[in-house]
Amino acid sequence: MNDDLQVRRPAPLQPAERQAGSPRRWDQLHKGQVIGTRTIELSRADLIRYAAASGDHNPIHWNQRFAQEVGLEGVIAHGMLTMGAAVGLVTHWAGDPAKVTDYQTRFSKPVPVPDAAHGSPEAPTATLEITGKVGKLDEENRTARIDLTVELVDGDERSKVLTKCQAVVALS
Amino acid sequence: MSINTAREGHSYPPIEYQVGREEIREFATAVKAEHRAHHSEEAAAQLGHHDLIAPPTFAVVIAQRAEAAAVTDPEAGIDFSRVVHAEERFTHHAPITAGETLTAATTLDRIRVMGAGAMVTTITEITTKHDAAPRATVTSTLLVRGDDEEEG
Repeated sequence: MNDDLQVRRPAPLQPAERQAGSPRRWDQLHKGQVIGTRTIELSRADLIRYAAASGDHNPIHWNQRFAQEVGLEGVIAHGMLTMGAAVGLVTHWAGDPAKVTDYQTRFSKPVPVPDAAHGSPEAPTATLEITGKVGKLDEENRTARIDLTVELVDGDERSKVLTKCQAVVALS
Repeated sequence: MSINTAREGHSYPPIEYQVGREEIREFATAVKAEHRAHHSEEAAAQLGHHDLIAPPTFAVVIAQRAEAAAVTDPEAGIDFSRVVHAEERFTHHAPITAGETLTAATTLDRIRVMGAGAMVTTITEITTKHDAAPRATVTSTLLVRGDDEEEG
């Protein structure tokens, strides 16, 4: 088997994510604090993988002709793939994914994932940048609301693809 | 086909879902969720979980199976070919854990007519089958585009 075609491993965690492990403490946080950033690259193969894992086989996520016939410029990522990938930043920061007690978003803009022009279909053709900030601290319930900014980066252009993307984390 | 607001509040029969380790691992890999508690039983045990725990958005896999009853309900009149996912929310009551058998039941919570289209909100309650312990509440909002709506 060609090495290029093997399953792409996610990029190594960035330092802010690597601090995970110990539960987050209430008294160490303040509103506006950045909890970390993460870059997610998506390839056409990632969309096929998400379709298989989720059971969402809508052809707008893998068939160019069909996507164009329904009025899209081309194949787009599943909104739930973007939402699912973005929260990884929060689960690592929280130390335990079970501490994420609420997670919501609105899908405001599609994420086009063109077929790679040449080489492996695993080659990423879309880049997302995710930043997490403490949006609100709830003293009574000991929770922090993490507000996620999720942007599609295309050269110098950035556009928000999710809005009101918020995760609530239980703190110790 | 036109949307039927009188179907608001209708509940659909629950579906059953067996949570498997390999499904959790496969989903976690697909969303690039590297946290060890989704991949290693040992890592999950160190955090006090009795088996692998699902990433926060895994509940959508279960919820969408239950929501299918609402989306395809002829009485509701949703044209699935014109549906766009608008909003999603997960409220987690306890982590979804490998080995559990869950049930998921969907209610067609709200139909808001907007011009020729509509916003349709479903609420799916996911609980354990044997003792109905709550696991997650999944709120999903679909935008059904109207026939004469201009394409963006």
